[in-house]
Formats: sequence, C-alpha cells, structure tokens
Amino acid sequence: MLEIKNVYKSFNIGTPVQKDALMDVNLKLNEGDFVTIIGGNGAGKSTMLNAIAGVFEVEKGKITIDGVDVTKFPEYKRAKYIGRVFQDPLRGTAGDMWIEENLAMALRRGKTRSFVWGISNKEREQFVELLKHLDLGLEDRLDSKVGLLSGGQRQALTLLMATIKKPQLLLLDEHTAALDPKTAKKVLEITQRVVEEHNLTTLMVTHNMKDAIKYGNRLIMMHNGTIIYDVSGEEKKNLHVSDLLAKFEQASGGEFANDRMMLAN
Amino acid sequence: MEIVSWLWNMQSGATLGIIWGIMGLGLYLTYRVLNYADLTVDGSLTLGGAISAVYVAAGVQPIVAILLATFGGMMAGLVTGFLHTKLRIPDLLAGILTQFALYTVNLRIMGKANFGLLNQVTIFSQLKELGIPSKWVGLIVGLVFVVVLIILVYCFFGTEIGCALRATGNNPDMVKAMGGNTKVYIMLGLIVGNGLVAMSGAMLAQYQGYADINMGVGTIVIGLASIMIGEVLFSKRTYFHRLAGVIIGSVVYRIIIAIVLRISMNSNFIIKITADDMKLITAVIVIIALIAPNMKDRFLSKFAKEGK
Repeated sequence: MLEIKNVYKSFNIGTPVQKDALMDVNLKLNEGDFVTIIGGNGAGKSTMLNAIAGVFEVEKGKITIDGVDVTKFPEYKRAKYIGRVFQDPLRGTAGDMWIEENLAMALRRGKTRSFVWGISNKEREQFVELLKHLDLGLEDRLDSKVGLLSGGQRQALTLLMATIKKPQLLLLDEHTAALDPKTAKKVLEITQRVVEEHNLTTLMVTHNMKDAIKYGNRLIMMHNGTIIYDVSGEEKKNLHVSDLLAKFEQASGGEFANDRMMLAN
Repeated sequence: MEIVSWLWNMQSGATLGIIWGIMGLGLYLTYRVLNYADLTVDGSLTLGGAISAVYVAAGVQPIVAILLATFGGMMAGLVTGFLHTKLRIPDLLAGILTQFALYTVNLRIMGKANFGLLNQVTIFSQLKELGIPSKWVGLIVGLVFVVVLIILVYCFFGTEIGCALRATGNNPDMVKAMGGNTKVYIMLGLIVGNGLVAMSGAMLAQYQGYADINMGVGTIVIGLASIMIGEVLFSKRTYFHRLAGVIIGSVVYRIIIAIVLRISMNSNFIIKITADDMKLITAVIVIIALIAPNMKDRFLSKFAKEGK
C-alpha cells in the first residue's frame, strides 16, 4: 500500500535555525490499516503527512503508493491517490462556493477536468443521500455557501469530500484539533464510520492519546523526526495512556514533561 | 433642447460604458474570481487597440481585426502567467513587467504613438451602411457583444474547469488537494481576462477612430471603478448578477463622468474641470465605492441600535 523508505526532510538548510524534521523515516502500511500517529510538538507528524501528500519534495528517500513511485510527483498529481483533511477547517473547502460545488470538485479528484458541466442532476441526488448520511442537516442546503457552515460541519464536509471518490490513502492531520470537544467527538465518530465503511487505509495524526488508542488498528509514535514506536493488533488494544507516557519519557529523557498534561487529556 | 442634448450625452456615455465594460469583465475574472491583481491590463487594452487599428487600416474585416486583437491580449496574459507561475515572480510585479514591455510592443505595432482610422471601414461603419442611425450603432454593437460574452463567461463558470478556476481564487490548497493544477487555472484566467481587455481596446479603437499609445493608461482603475460601482448597486446573488453588475457599473461610471464634464462646461466654477481631471475624479469614485459597503454596514448597525 503505502511505503516510505529512508525519507529525510529538513527546513532552513544551512542556516542557524536548520530544522531536521524527518530523519530516516521508514513506514509500510498494509491495505486497510487505520494508523494513529502521536508525538510531541515538532516530532515530525505533520511533516510526514505533508511529505506523503507532496506539499514539498523530500531530500532523500522514496515514497510509493500502491506500487507507484510518487516521490517526484507534485501535490496535485498525488491527489489522485490521496484524500486529505487538514487541521484548519477553512483549508479543505472553498468557502465562497456552494456545498454542491465543493462536492462536485471532490468527485473529480484526480480526473482531468474539461469544459463539460461541473455538476449533473444525478450527482446532486447522490450528494443529498451522502449528506443525509452525515446527519448534520446539510442535505437541503446544497446551494449554501460553505463559508456559512460551522467548523464541525465544515470538517465533516471535508471528510466527505476526501472520501467521496474512494482514495487509496486517507490523511487526517489533527482534523479535530480546532473543534470543541463535543464536535470533535462527533467528527471522530463520522471518521470511524467512513473509514470502516470503505475499508480505507488511513493515517490520523492526533494530540489526544486516548483517541490514538481508541481508534484504528495500529499506533505509531514519532520523536525528533523518526518513528520510535509502532504497535498494532492485540498489543495496541491493550495499551494505556500511562504506557504511552512512559514511552515518551523514555524517548525524550524527561524533556517532554511539559507536554505530558496536554497529551494526557 | 437642453434636455435632448443631455440625453445624447448620457447615451454616448452609456455606449462607452458598455465597450469599456468588456474590459471590466476581463478584470473581474482576474481581480475578483482569481483574486489576482493583474496590472497587465493597461498594456493589453492598448495592445488590443493597436492590433485592431493596424489590421483595419490594412483592409482586414473589422470583426476579424477584433478577434486577432483578442488573441494578442490572450498572449499578453500568457506572458504574465508564465512570469508568475513558472518563473515565480510575484503577481503584481509580473503584471507590471508585462505592461511595461507592452509599451514598446504597442509602439512597434503601430509604428507611431497615434494611429488614426479616418474613413476606414470599422464594425460600426459597416452597421451604419445597413441603415442603422449612426447615433445607435455603438450601443447596438456593444450590447450584442456584451450579451454574448456574459452568456459565455457565465456558462464557463459552470464547467468543471470554470469551477476549478473559481476555487483557485478562493482556496488554492483545496484545489491542489482535489488534484487541480492551480498554475494552469491562474494561467487560463489571465489569458481569458486579458483577451477580454484587448477585445475592449480593439472595439474602442474602431469606435473612436484611432488607437493611441496612452489609451490604456488607468485601465485598471477604471475597471476597478466599474466592478465596485456594480457591486454597490447590484447584489452578489448569482454570477449572472455579478457579471451584469460590472457592465452596469461601467455604464454608471461613464455617465457620472459625462455629467461632471457637462456641468463644469456650463457653469462658472473657479476651476474649469476638463477631460484631464478625470483621473483624479476616477480615483475619488473608486475610493467612495470602496468605502461605501463599510459605511452602509456601519450606518445600518447604528440604525439598528437606535431602533432598539
């Protein structure tokens, strides 16, 4: 499925503030893996997701999706394989455009666009069904501007957009971090449902250790640009927050005492 | 008599407004839809006028001359797009550079600073020969062009490519995540936008009977004035409203200018307002149109508070 081999990425190379964000990252996902990613600030979680999505080119290493070497592909070409939801609810949707226009764009992810009509009536019916399924009361608001929706509604819509055309890989970059706890829970539940329904291979970055344990079949922990811990199956199910905290302390030599509170919540 | 003369003034203002309105449509595409402040337009308007004038003088069918001029404008947009998307020059600078270079190109095309079209066959003179009163041909030709163009642009916005182009101006990150190459859409918008601007210049040259190296000076501000006035007067309900609003805005702008000139001509102001003062007046109009929405909101909220 997804294979990351010896990937390196640094920012501000050659300056005093050089940041080695990814240091020899190796990861191999199996079809249908739902992986949660945790780690302190600056551990490289988002950088890894961005490297996979092609926001920038990596310095060294190779990234393949379904056997296709995408290492040199620009972001828009990789979008053919990847569905994404960002931390910022504003980033995943076009706020000045209608819900149906956003969904229609999503339905054409990775397809060559032409001068045919951007939305068909048949698609509208499909959108209504899918929105009903979301259960956020958006099904009769197809011609509402997305900018009028709440952050939670917008994230749920972005999630729908990322998966309306089944992606080989779903990348969720702390997609509930900007939401209030109740809304975050709801969006996570929708996420779980969508991932299970379509058996999507998923990478989900989260700051919340409980969520990281609760969701998915595999958990990885990052620190200083590398993966330091990788558990799956029964072992993952039996994890406790205290185990993860211990791992953190061990990896960072107590340096992450400040993060402890945030991660434990 | 006085009133009739006033009305003819308004009517010729409206004609100019409609022809310049085509430029407004082009600028709307780049400035409002793509969110790209494209300063190429001052050059591409003149480019359109120059190409149109030279071909008309060479005996080419006027409508063909307009289409060739439009194509020239599209090439100007392509250059700006190339500078911006491929060479990564910031948007404002890319437009200024193309505009600057076009000054030379336009002079080379015309061979002189002012290219007259006295007694040449233009699209307007052709209609006159069909028996349409000369005072109405400008308005009729302009309206036909504008209606066709608005329909075309409106339909374009509804296509897959049109949707992606609009989304590029709204949220490029989303377009990339959905597999759209934003560079292509920026390029396309600049090409179509400048094509429309040059088309406007081409018609203007045939309407006025000359092309001038300075005819495009201030195009961007006039275009902004049209867009802003249109938005103040017209709601932003649908794209049809918005596009029609640009044309109406352009007409209203010309009528304001015509009224100002007319009044100053007949009165004894200390300072005589002439055509040379129009740039300053235009700037003031744009400033008023820019602050009008804020003022309206403030007024309404104040009104609402007092109402309580």
